[in-house]
Amino acid sequence: MKAALTVFWKEVRENLRDRRTVINTLLTGPLMAPLMFVLIINAAVTREFDKADKALPVPVAGAANAPNLIAALRRAGVEIRDAPADPERAVREQEVDLVLRIPAGYAAAWNAGDPAQVELVYDQSQRDAQGPVARLRGLLDAYAAQNGAMRLVARGIAPALTRPLVVAERDQSTAQARSGTLFGMLPYFFILGVFIGGMALAIDTTAGERERQSLEPLLANPVSRGGLLAGKLGATSAFALTTLLLGITAFSIAGRFLPTHKLGMSLELGLHFAALTLLVMLPLVVLLASLQTLAAAFAKSFREAQTYLSLLMFVPAIPTLLLSLYPLKTQDWMYAVPLMGQQVTIMRLLRGDPIAPYQFGLCFAATALAALLACLVTAWVYRSERLAISA
Amino acid sequence: MIEVRDLHKAFGEVRAVDGVSFVARDGEITGLLGPNGAGKTTTLRMLYTLMRPDRGNVLVDGIDAAVDPAGVRRRLGVLPDARGLYKRMSARENIDYFARLHGLDPATRTSCIDALVRALDMADIIDRRAEGFSQGQRVKTAIARALVHDPRNVILDEPTNGLDVMATRAMRAFMLRLKQEGRCVLFSSHIMQEVGALCDRVVVVARGRVVANAAPDALRAQTGAATLEDAFVKIIGSEEGLAA
Repeated sequence: MKAALTVFWKEVRENLRDRRTVINTLLTGPLMAPLMFVLIINAAVTREFDKADKALPVPVAGAANAPNLIAALRRAGVEIRDAPADPERAVREQEVDLVLRIPAGYAAAWNAGDPAQVELVYDQSQRDAQGPVARLRGLLDAYAAQNGAMRLVARGIAPALTRPLVVAERDQSTAQARSGTLFGMLPYFFILGVFIGGMALAIDTTAGERERQSLEPLLANPVSRGGLLAGKLGATSAFALTTLLLGITAFSIAGRFLPTHKLGMSLELGLHFAALTLLVMLPLVVLLASLQTLAAAFAKSFREAQTYLSLLMFVPAIPTLLLSLYPLKTQDWMYAVPLMGQQVTIMRLLRGDPIAPYQFGLCFAATALAALLACLVTAWVYRSERLAISA
Repeated sequence: MIEVRDLHKAFGEVRAVDGVSFVARDGEITGLLGPNGAGKTTTLRMLYTLMRPDRGNVLVDGIDAAVDPAGVRRRLGVLPDARGLYKRMSARENIDYFARLHGLDPATRTSCIDALVRALDMADIIDRRAEGFSQGQRVKTAIARALVHDPRNVILDEPTNGLDVMATRAMRAFMLRLKQEGRCVLFSSHIMQEVGALCDRVVVVARGRVVANAAPDALRAQTGAATLEDAFVKIIGSEEGLAA
């Protein structure tokens, strides 16, 4: 036990002297992910709102053919512009998002009471164009419906007759839940931070120690290998935990600058969120630290260990990807799967959804059990003879 | 005292150590001499319990390494073939780390380190970071780290490897001093003059077996050779593998 503490403090002190490790633990790991996340969300939300509030510029070809329609669009906030000479080409080459074309026969058809046609030229694959196209189509539909109703009234027929069915939408999602779908990536960023924070130490204390030929002298000391491993795992976990703490703090602060109120959403970013997130991540920190140590223990060199760990880094992304591809209903078994349990729990915490104590306990206990197993396997590998030999 | 009885160790098909027995006594320097790949390092690794022998026993001051490996390691000071330092730590911190792992109290640690600094003449480097140490400075630090717990038995795997003339002479003087202090010194080498000048007893190992075990003079007399090198060649029965 005393030996484990000696190893722990030595590893912590030695690695605090390595500038790259410190930057990874204290800066890159905890800050980059949440800050990037906040920036991306901020930009996305702001862009959506800018578009909705601004006048909608629409290039129109043949505006003179339908002065009433054009006037109606203007009243609805559309800024009518001259259309390019070749609308199809202009849209294909992304010079404009969309073009509205009013054919010469429009007025004749309208006056005859036949369906008058207008053409909307756009590119479905252009994400940027989707908002304007939907807005313009909505305006055109509204204009058509309004004039249709007036024609019915003129013939003495109640317009309601043509609308046998009306759909009224009653959205049951709470404001928090709506923002939650946007924030599905956040748990992954926390987990990634933990991974980055512990990585340098996991490598340095195993493959690094072997590469600089200091492992064999170390093992000649009268200390059990379990004790050595405990100290090394402790140091790796401590660095990863520091990263996590800073990450949660950074997000709790940065999250307040998100324009969630514009979306009518709210996030639970208080102490409650921070404390429970930390608690549920705690066993995961140990699990990841020992998996990293295990992977690095197999490596002969620093470089090889880095390759293994980079591959291992994709593992935490799997539950996030699965949950975003197949948005499954949250079920009890999910809490029992390490990584997925944390993902689900943090999401629900963020959305302000209730979590039963047994679900929380299941998540904690299952991950703790997995961490214990990983530690035992690592200890077993550590006792092997091959581990010690440097050359 | 270190006793080795009929050690065997195989790596797959290769029998690296194939029945090695010898005794290294207190107050003597015992040299383990042999060509490259003869099994010297593997034998030493089994002595300091890094590897388990397939067969045979290691006894250090009467303690069986198979029964109490930690007890054996406590009685040994080991300078292995691999002697890397922690570069981001000073020489003193490197040595102090091992002293703590041996469970020494702070006062003992300070006095032991001070004594080693004097004995190894390393006052100028003791508080410098190990990054950028010369080979000689690295070996000094590694030896101080290995001997910080004042062990009765000292194992040195090719201690003068890579050292210049002055550092080599200092190392030899230090080994003689360890002997005068009554310790059991066991070291491996493939350098003839070194073994001839230092050893009270030479154990010659070739192809994993002990092929001779005697004082250097006795070896020369046995083989009728003029120098230890000629004696060595006659003993191992060929000239191959003599990289020294």
